[in-house]
Amino acid sequence: MARACPDCLRRSWLLSLLGPYVEKIATGEPGSRSPELLRLSNEDLVEVVAPKVAEQLLGRIAALSEGHLQGELAAARCWACCRHDDLYPAGLRDAADAPWALIGRGDPGLIDGLEPFGAVTVVGSRRATSYGREIARELGRELATAGMVVVSGLAFGIDACAHRGAIDAGRTIAVLGCGPDTAYPAAHRSLWRRICEEGLVISELPPGASPWRWTFPARNRIMAALAGMTVVVEAATRSGSLITADLAADLGRDLGAVPGSVASRASAGPNSLLAGGACVVRDAQDVLDAMLGAGARRLDRSGPALDPALSPVLDAVESGADTCDVAAAALGLTGPEAAAALARLELLGYVTCSTMGVYSRTLLPPPTGPPI
Amino acid sequence: MLATAHTFTLDGISARPVRVEVDVHRGLPGFQIVGLPDAAVREARERVRAALSNCGFEFPLRRIVVNLAPASLRKAGPGMDLAIAAALLTASGQLEWEGLARVALVGELALDGSIRSVNGALAIAEAAREGGAEAILVPTENGSEAALAEGIDIVPVDSLARLPALVGGEWEPPRPDALPLRLGSKPGGPDLADLRGQPHLRHALEVAAAGGHSLLMIGPPGAGKSLAASRLPSILPPLATVEALEVARIASACGRLGESLSGGRPFRAPHHTISPAGLIGGGAPPRPGEATLAHRGVLFLDELCEFRRDALEALRAPLETGEVSISRASSQRTLPCRFMLVAAANPCPCGRGEADPDCSCAPIAVQRYQGRLSGALADRIDILAAVRQPSAAEIGGAPGEASADVRGRVCVARERQERRLGLGRCNAEMTPAEARECALDNEAAALLAELYARQRLSGRAHDRALRLAQTIADLDGAETIGPEQMAQALQLRRRDRG
Repeated sequence: MARACPDCLRRSWLLSLLGPYVEKIATGEPGSRSPELLRLSNEDLVEVVAPKVAEQLLGRIAALSEGHLQGELAAARCWACCRHDDLYPAGLRDAADAPWALIGRGDPGLIDGLEPFGAVTVVGSRRATSYGREIARELGRELATAGMVVVSGLAFGIDACAHRGAIDAGRTIAVLGCGPDTAYPAAHRSLWRRICEEGLVISELPPGASPWRWTFPARNRIMAALAGMTVVVEAATRSGSLITADLAADLGRDLGAVPGSVASRASAGPNSLLAGGACVVRDAQDVLDAMLGAGARRLDRSGPALDPALSPVLDAVESGADTCDVAAAALGLTGPEAAAALARLELLGYVTCSTMGVYSRTLLPPPTGPPI
Repeated sequence: MLATAHTFTLDGISARPVRVEVDVHRGLPGFQIVGLPDAAVREARERVRAALSNCGFEFPLRRIVVNLAPASLRKAGPGMDLAIAAALLTASGQLEWEGLARVALVGELALDGSIRSVNGALAIAEAAREGGAEAILVPTENGSEAALAEGIDIVPVDSLARLPALVGGEWEPPRPDALPLRLGSKPGGPDLADLRGQPHLRHALEVAAAGGHSLLMIGPPGAGKSLAASRLPSILPPLATVEALEVARIASACGRLGESLSGGRPFRAPHHTISPAGLIGGGAPPRPGEATLAHRGVLFLDELCEFRRDALEALRAPLETGEVSISRASSQRTLPCRFMLVAAANPCPCGRGEADPDCSCAPIAVQRYQGRLSGALADRIDILAAVRQPSAAEIGGAPGEASADVRGRVCVARERQERRLGLGRCNAEMTPAEARECALDNEAAALLAELYARQRLSGRAHDRALRLAQTIADLDGAETIGPEQMAQALQLRRRDRG
């Protein structure tokens, strides 16, 4: 396996040491946002964020031997690659502020030869609605099925759903704002473990590094650079996902957004991206068409045959009937009729039901052609 | 001189016999009660002393020792006053009552000698009958309640001053009429017709009632969850007489017989701040908790996610076995609690639900809140109904089907279950082996198998779906479970976390 050079690795360890110092000065102001700070060389960065202890920190970093660094990586069951080696993803080379080294846990094959057009970043709000979560899961699943690597950030809401959908069907990469050996948020420990085993978790921070507020915009720049297209599923107007979108646009990557209700706060971000010219993403086919050219890769996505009696119920769920009662009232059905219809639709995969008993439409399109 | 009388102390919901031995002899005047009395029993001294003198008796200026046997049993409550006073009158020679040892006496004395009501008169009268007493003297107010116990003479007494006439045979009160045991719901009580629209919620209630399945309703505040739950007793089949007596005994022990009997099956809705002891019973001597008060009825836990975790955990075993075991250092008691569990919860801490743009709950808070729904108690819940605010048209529309009509169908379904499973049993109590014997037609089996494969159902969830489908088939009067019934069951079942 390729080995990262010690200088690039030391950079990662330096960032980990600088965590609290950067936290103090990284703000939203131009020039002091973390991706911008991270463009600086080691010496300049330390001088800017921690002038008083600069000598001391640089001394500590310089004293780290290669054997020690490799030992720490091995102890955390991680590996590393750096900008000087072949494993380093091509997409990151486009970015001026790209991380010097990537620490990974999981299958290095996922970034081996990964070109930007082979990966899609799916991001969105942590406070997602069931609509957003369903879309994210379905996008993840379909893009992974189509052979794309799905990149996201393991956060609550959209990120986790995109990962879950993708890992069921194919390959996914989680980019973390802490060391790759740390499950953050802790509630996603089982998902993190599954991605470590079946996908890949990467970070520019060394094993054991803790997350800071500034490390999330910093990891967003990695997500934006890795993939040829960044899709925002749901985001409020001031959201980290929009930072990722900005970073992707700056790199000249495609930008996609999933349209949502104009009344929904959760869809304000993607709707404004759409207004600004982002690509409309209704499903994975839209993503593939935008990235690879229309018709370059076709998804066979039509669902199983639909009993004509079930179509009105499916229509009702599509138009917002999220419980059995509402569907029954909308269609004038009895409770048992509506219940049976919804159960069948769920079995066919056209709707899903949450643990709270709320129904939502999946992205599965009904079969085309004359009804059977 | 020595005299002995029989009385009872209440322990949980059953009565324990107590022998009151009173010895009056010469010595320094005094009045002592021994035999593990609690504060209320010890204070009987003052009540007896005042009542005796106010009824024209003489309080003997002698050394009086009252022993409550068995000495090892802790006695509680003021119900022993009457027995102590009667034994004291006999021991001091003011009352010639040879039959004292053959009757039982309960009642609390007022200072003027009148006799106040006690809790648990029904259980006490039954215990007196079992103990071989010929008659039992009870406070007048408890007369009709005690008269529910057959096979023993009930003598209602209103005052201590009546004793000489009663003993002398000059006064004989008529046997009181037994309280009418109401088996069904009170007419004019809460009716399911008040639930307008919401056909699915109605169906969920009907299935829950028909199979005895526990039900969880999730929805925003004001969507009708509490209303629906409070209507549930009215669609349950009427109580059997034996069951009604069980309910009456519990209500009597808690001093609430009048109110409970007005409504047939009990409906208990404890507040979510309730302690484990409040929910399943506790204390010394043990007092029945809400679970026991809901015996043969409905226990409604509103705001399920707000309940203390230890309180909900405490409900697990009782739900399974139908009885509460309270083990304390000194004793172990078993109280019945065969109830239907109905719970309601909001979709998130603010109650609006995540789909509502006004919901401002943090994702971690929502997750933690919903996490409480996946605890061990939730695992005992069969049916999940998502509830939404009914539309204006529905609220303004015609009233729903009345309770009586729904109850008719429920009763028929219960009869089918009893024929299959045995008397008094319902589908919710089916063992896994019994559940797998349910007759399924091929199409229904295929539906279940498909879901099992698609969603990696647990064995428990698989059986739950079968039990629900069986109940729906019973409601429909079908011999085998058809695809339509299976589909409904799959929709109604509680979802595991996925």
